[in-house]
Amino acid sequence: MYIIEMRNITKEFPGIIANDNITLQLKKNEIHALLGENGAGKSTLMSVLFGLYKQEKGSIFKNEEEVFITGPGDANRLGIGMVHQHFKLVHNFTVLENIVLGVETTKSGVLQMKEAREKVLALSKRYGFDIDIDKEIRHISVGMQQRVEILKMLYRDNEILIFDEPTAVLTPQEIEALMKTMKDMAAEGKSILFITHKLDEIKQVADRCSVLRKGKMIGTVDVAETSKEEMSEMMVGRKVVLSLDKAEANIGDTILKVRNLCQKGKADKSGKDRLKNISFDVKAGEILCVAGIEGNGQTDLVYALTGLEEFDSGEIEMEGKDISRAKIRKRTEMGIAHIPEDRHKHGLVLDYTLAYNTILQTYYANFQKTGFLKKQTILDYAKRLIERFDIRSGQGEITSTRAMSGGNQQKVILAREIDRDPKLLIAVQPTRGLDVGAIEYIHKQLLAQRDSGKAVLLVSLELEEVMNVSDRILVMYEGEIVADVDPKHVTFQELGLYMSGAKRDEVSVDAAHVKGDEVTVE
Amino acid sequence: MNRSGFLSFLSSLLVIVIGLLFGLIVLIVSNAEQAFPAARTIATFGFSSMRRVGDVMLHGTPIILTGLSVAFAFKTGLFNIGASGQFMFGGFVAIYIGVEATFLPPWLRILTCIVAAALAGAIWGAIPGLLKAYRNVHEVISSIMTNYIGMFIVVYLIQSFVFDQGRGTSTRLPTESTLPRLGFQNIFREPFFATYRESHVNLGIVLAIAIAILVYVILEKTTFGYELKACGFNPDAAKYAGINQKRSIVFSMMISGALAGTAGALNFMVDTGLSMGVVETLAMEGFTGISVAFLGMNHPIGIIFSGLFVSYIKLGGAQLQPHFSIEMVETVLAIIIYFCAFVFVVKSMLGRGLSKFGRKDKQEGGGAV
Ligand SMILES: Nc1ncnc2c1ncn2[C@@H]1O[C@H](COP(=O)(O)OP(=O)(O)OP(=O)(O)O)[C@@H](O)[C@H]1O
Ligand SMILES: [Mg+2]
Repeated sequence: MYIIEMRNITKEFPGIIANDNITLQLKKNEIHALLGENGAGKSTLMSVLFGLYKQEKGSIFKNEEEVFITGPGDANRLGIGMVHQHFKLVHNFTVLENIVLGVETTKSGVLQMKEAREKVLALSKRYGFDIDIDKEIRHISVGMQQRVEILKMLYRDNEILIFDEPTAVLTPQEIEALMKTMKDMAAEGKSILFITHKLDEIKQVADRCSVLRKGKMIGTVDVAETSKEEMSEMMVGRKVVLSLDKAEANIGDTILKVRNLCQKGKADKSGKDRLKNISFDVKAGEILCVAGIEGNGQTDLVYALTGLEEFDSGEIEMEGKDISRAKIRKRTEMGIAHIPEDRHKHGLVLDYTLAYNTILQTYYANFQKTGFLKKQTILDYAKRLIERFDIRSGQGEITSTRAMSGGNQQKVILAREIDRDPKLLIAVQPTRGLDVGAIEYIHKQLLAQRDSGKAVLLVSLELEEVMNVSDRILVMYEGEIVADVDPKHVTFQELGLYMSGAKRDEVSVDAAHVKGDEVTVE
Repeated sequence: MNRSGFLSFLSSLLVIVIGLLFGLIVLIVSNAEQAFPAARTIATFGFSSMRRVGDVMLHGTPIILTGLSVAFAFKTGLFNIGASGQFMFGGFVAIYIGVEATFLPPWLRILTCIVAAALAGAIWGAIPGLLKAYRNVHEVISSIMTNYIGMFIVVYLIQSFVFDQGRGTSTRLPTESTLPRLGFQNIFREPFFATYRESHVNLGIVLAIAIAILVYVILEKTTFGYELKACGFNPDAAKYAGINQKRSIVFSMMISGALAGTAGALNFMVDTGLSMGVVETLAMEGFTGISVAFLGMNHPIGIIFSGLFVSYIKLGGAQLQPHFSIEMVETVLAIIIYFCAFVFVVKSMLGRGLSKFGRKDKQEGGGAV
């Protein structure tokens, strides 16, 4: 007996069958993973279950009884809750207000928050969520926001919980905590559907795993009996090589030179300095990685380098020219490319087509004549990128980027930034939300950039990525660089110590590498 | 037409129907006996003769332009409530030049009137734009203020420079300073005893349509439009792309103001003897522009039609007077017109409703196979 059964679901979008006759069975109390390439149709299938899309064919059963879900309200009544790939919270409401939003209890028109507060506190305690429910959403971290989304489902007593790529936005520590929460919830009788691209996570928590490929259900397997390699082969339809072969770096001249970058904290945050005396160089032909736990100044550093925010003091030089106060466009024209951390915020104009998004920084250069956009040239250019980077969407170059899967949106940005042939590529979490095949592809692209003599600055939270791809690693902790190490001479454990602030080196740019003794702090 | 276009069209029609029904209810409540004849008048009067068709176009001209004004700003993510003040400035400047610059040949004078009115509107629109760009003052607040300031200044200017003591309004424009009728009077007229009564529709409607097309071209085909819309859709991404947002905001408000200013010029440059009063009320054309823009889904071509529609309804409404008080008529028209502003709400509801419908449909079909 299945708590939820989706039978023969078909859902089409213009130009594409996102779900093609898919049957998915969820057992009570299980954690059921959903695996598939970018654009395979995972989010779509879950959106059908949650009532956001209506399937053209097929039906949904709960406990063997057919149910009709025409909107999230219906889903909620049936005990189905969902944490979306991109959260849906009201930013100037408090945590508590967000949780009760839509199911408020009122007494003669007056909000009754007391009971709600008690219930939320109890739930939060039960799952060990360390969360201040009176803070506004905009003042809490992404990890915390996700807990709010989870509390929302629990508050509504949902028993079927859908998680759409919950780990893509989390730090490794937060992922650990989430995995534990999911297990606890399953143990308490909840049934969980869990979308992820990370096979390790599936191995860690899931009981069964269903694999989708290009809208079709390939099969459902028992996770304990299936190897990671088998699962990824089911997903891509071919063997995936998870290791990179990487040639020795051929290091050239200094491209980017950063000296004594400082950024004071803002009053509304903790008030700590966000960047403290940051100095480093990035050379042609190397991939320099900035590692660290989220929120230790990486974002501020990237904003300073790309010009998205001004900084207080220090210098940035690009090929010997001072660009500390240069405008964003100037920096772009000097050869800086930027794959931003938040693709929806900075990376894309979601209401523009795929083609229009590929010319975001170059529309005024090659794609216009006397002020008029050269439409055909733009479309041709987009077609070329789609081909080269295997970007999948319903209607090709004229697809609205809003209608694209998360991973393919990321590919659009990557394609645009790499194809501009930059001298320095600043890539922030470039593989966030991508499937293994795409990650492999992007890593190869980063290496290709390096091998063609470009400088690459990679900011990543994922240790695996940091260790595999980089030639040199800087670790940031509380706005400072606390280590400058060679991935060949450092272990995962050591990196972890640096990242958590338990260990630090005296780092100086002018010496070859590490100078002074290692200091261990409690 | 694609799905979204179709939905837009459908929801525009739907808000019109809902607005009309609500209007009807108010009519019934206020005078049940006359309500249905009145509704019929509203619905048919604009087509009752060729002259009326001409009048619909004549009165549609300014609100098509204020509609374009609101829509243009909207595409850049700005809400220009200030069309009313910009409209009055444009109107005043056109009247002033039309009255004073009699040394210019008529065609040059007319051209000067329109261009100067557009400039005046642009300058008045630039103020909220600059405040937004450089002082982060919300454009809604500042453009409401520029409306009132503009109105008082214009009243003062009229009284100081082009005041007709006898009529208590602005000086009447000499006929050579009004827009030529281009022979339209031979088409848009109705027989009246042995002669004809003509509509005063003129060059204005042609200009309004041409400007709508121009706005469409700017927004959809140029790099400038690409920048403006990027700022409107996603300011963060526009910043990331190196687009100068401050410049975009100021330019967008200036163009929006220029469109409203032009509306003012075309509104008053008619040979009906229309002149600007010195009453201290805001010009309604500016606010009607909001409804026109929304009803036309902020699409320049859609706005041509929504402007004409609103004009049509107003013309019909104006005939109800003996049976309904002027306040009642205004209320009914306001209900119909402001209902149009709900078009986006209706569109999203319709979008959901339709897909539900589609599903049931297909399911039954699927069962039969
Ligand atoms: N609202 C929409 N309109 C049109 N097409 C859509 C829409 N949503 C998704 N699609 C298309 O349906 C396909 C499946 O998308 P979906 O978001 O389900 O993929 P996914 O498996 O979640 O991928 P990812 O791992 O990248 O998030 C994609 O090709 C996408 O372009
Ligand atoms: Mg997805």
